[in-house]
Amino acid sequence: MLNIKDLKVSIEGKSILKGINLEVKPGEVHAIMGPNGSGKSTLSSVIAGREEYEVEDGSINFNNEDLLSLDPEERAHRGIFLSFQYPIEIPGVSVTNFIKTAINESRKAQGLDAMPASKMLKKMREKMRLLEMDQNFLSRSLNEGFSGGEKKRNEIFQMAMLEPKLAILDETDSGLDIDALRIVANGVNKLRTPENATIVITHYQRLLDYIVPDFVHVLYNGKIVKSGGKDLALELEDKGYDWVKKEADNLV
Amino acid sequence: MEDLKEKLLSSFIAFESTLNGQAKSPIHKVRTKAIEVFEEKGFPTKRNEEWKYTNLKPILKHDYKLLSHPESEIEFKDVKRYFLHDTDTYKIVFVDGVFSSWMSRTTHDGYDICTFASAIEKYTHIVNKYFNKAASQEDSLTALNTAFAREGAFINVPDNTIVEKPIEVVFFSTNSDTEMMTMPRNLVVVGKNSQAQIIERHQSLHGNNVLTNVVTEIFAEESSHVSYYKVQNDEYTASLIDNTYVDQKEKSNCTVDTFSLGGKFTRNNLNFNLTGEHCECHLDGITIIEDDQLVDHHTRIDHKVPNCQSNELYKGIYDDKAKGVFNGMVMVHPDAQKTNAFQQNNNILLTDTASIDTKPQLEIYADDVKCSHGCTVGQLDDDALFYMRSRGIAEKEAKAMLMYAFSNDALKNVRIASLRSKLNLVFAKKLGVDLDFGL
Ligand SMILES: Nc1ncnc2c1ncn2[C@@H]1O[C@H](COP(=O)(O)OP(=O)(O)O)[C@@H](O)[C@H]1O
Ligand SMILES: [Mg+2]
Repeated sequence: MLNIKDLKVSIEGKSILKGINLEVKPGEVHAIMGPNGSGKSTLSSVIAGREEYEVEDGSINFNNEDLLSLDPEERAHRGIFLSFQYPIEIPGVSVTNFIKTAINESRKAQGLDAMPASKMLKKMREKMRLLEMDQNFLSRSLNEGFSGGEKKRNEIFQMAMLEPKLAILDETDSGLDIDALRIVANGVNKLRTPENATIVITHYQRLLDYIVPDFVHVLYNGKIVKSGGKDLALELEDKGYDWVKKEADNLV
Repeated sequence: MEDLKEKLLSSFIAFESTLNGQAKSPIHKVRTKAIEVFEEKGFPTKRNEEWKYTNLKPILKHDYKLLSHPESEIEFKDVKRYFLHDTDTYKIVFVDGVFSSWMSRTTHDGYDICTFASAIEKYTHIVNKYFNKAASQEDSLTALNTAFAREGAFINVPDNTIVEKPIEVVFFSTNSDTEMMTMPRNLVVVGKNSQAQIIERHQSLHGNNVLTNVVTEIFAEESSHVSYYKVQNDEYTASLIDNTYVDQKEKSNCTVDTFSLGGKFTRNNLNFNLTGEHCECHLDGITIIEDDQLVDHHTRIDHKVPNCQSNELYKGIYDDKAKGVFNGMVMVHPDAQKTNAFQQNNNILLTDTASIDTKPQLEIYADDVKCSHGCTVGQLDDDALFYMRSRGIAEKEAKAMLMYAFSNDALKNVRIASLRSKLNLVFAKKLGVDLDFGL
């Protein structure tokens, strides 16, 4: 599904990703962990199509299509979804209208008619129930004045509405208390199918208790320095990142 | 070609001679004095501090015809779209400076909604009491209008009266074969505890140049509530100089919203004089222009007494080579303690060639006041654009949504629902938004 090969990325001349290789197959859950500043958000932004980053080398294929030649909206239409680490506030655009526009733009790109309003509303209600969200969310301005937790929940709500093939959750757990974390993780799990895949980016093992990964990768200093099964996350929780860092630094 | 100033001065004599029997009336003296002011000062030039960023010269060069008579017939169906739909309104309509009785809906039932010309004859005491009392005696463009003051809207609402229906004041110019200058004069008096909502619009219907130099005086008496909306969405051949003077008595509440969405040259001089305690005024403006259009907002709020509140929010989106000017003066006089003045001017420039000169001017001579002002000039937020695009919304649509959201904010004080939705549509069309997602 997703195939990243030797990806090198820089911004303003500063090299951030230094050769990333990653393969994600349908149905899989991958966790990417790593200390602050190691390049996790950069990787997810580049997959989603943020233009500020310069891809120096390497490739990203998604279902055998060259992702790097597509606009962000085209990537979304192919089924890529990024839950932002820091969701953006957009005053004056309501949650409902934003989601409605996003869904219908995707449908338009796929040659489908707009979703009837009644069906849209029904779907929204259903997904809000799943995430235990209050109805009045819908009429509020997108993310404006939302608490950290509300923003994250709203991201997953959008994901539930858009039903992506590949969801990248960038530190969705930060800002969530334990109850909200459980609800959000439960929501993500319910949305899993054998056809779609998830990349969970996190700092902590905590979220991985609920969304159990098939693979865990450690990103450090722009490189995946270690990969393993879900036990690797536990090991990291126990020992911290220092030993991986040391191992990686020794290699250099 | 005769110089416009000379032409105006000589036609003043002709104009006066058409006003039989008014020679002894007080209004005659006012006009004569006003033409002297204009003769002495002439049109403002860039040397004038208030006109530093806006050059009047190019629009004075045309060969305008001055005396008004309808150039050609217009049919209501052709101009219907310039009025509110689905809303019953009073209408005062002029065509080429002449009152169009058949398109208008005036009244004298409970309040007077009619022409200024008829008020000069019939309501002399009101005219003598209010006419030219709020307007500047020194400003040369205002004086020019005063000299020629004859036709325009007259709205007089007595005490304790609510005018439920909105009042539409529309000036059409057909100007099919000539270039034309008009100088409408509006007088609005809203009595104690009374309410009125007014929409003013200047609209040219053909492709010749039109210059409008309009003066509106609004008197908001004690505890009155006045909402005044200026819809400026004229043709590319139209130039407008709008001089509006508001005089507010205690506990009154007055809103003037200015929607500048068209025209070639638009200068708004909006002046508020707060002379009674505990009054509140709102000035909202939204400007969306392109090509080489120019919109210049000069506002001035005089806080003369304690305990008043002024709120000013102007927003602008400038494309191509469009040029905006915002100059907001807030003058807090020595007696005006506990003044609460808020001013904000936010702008988005869509190109490198669009520009905005923004200048807040606060002069505060009282010590116990709360005044804030701010201005921003920027492009559309890249983070927001990326966020929207990553959810599948195409760049063009995302930009349009952001601009639409930005501008819509300035519609929140519009109390007439059909006007709000009409403006919504205009914004959406101008910004290229598919109104399907209508906010
Ligand atoms: N827009 C940017 N401009 C400059 N430097 C950036 C930008 N985005 C990220 N970086 C730098 O790239 C490195 C990786 O950042 P990031 O991808 O956010 O890491 P993580 O998500 O793992 O904490 C950091 O050193 C950060 O300062
Ligand atoms: Mg990050």
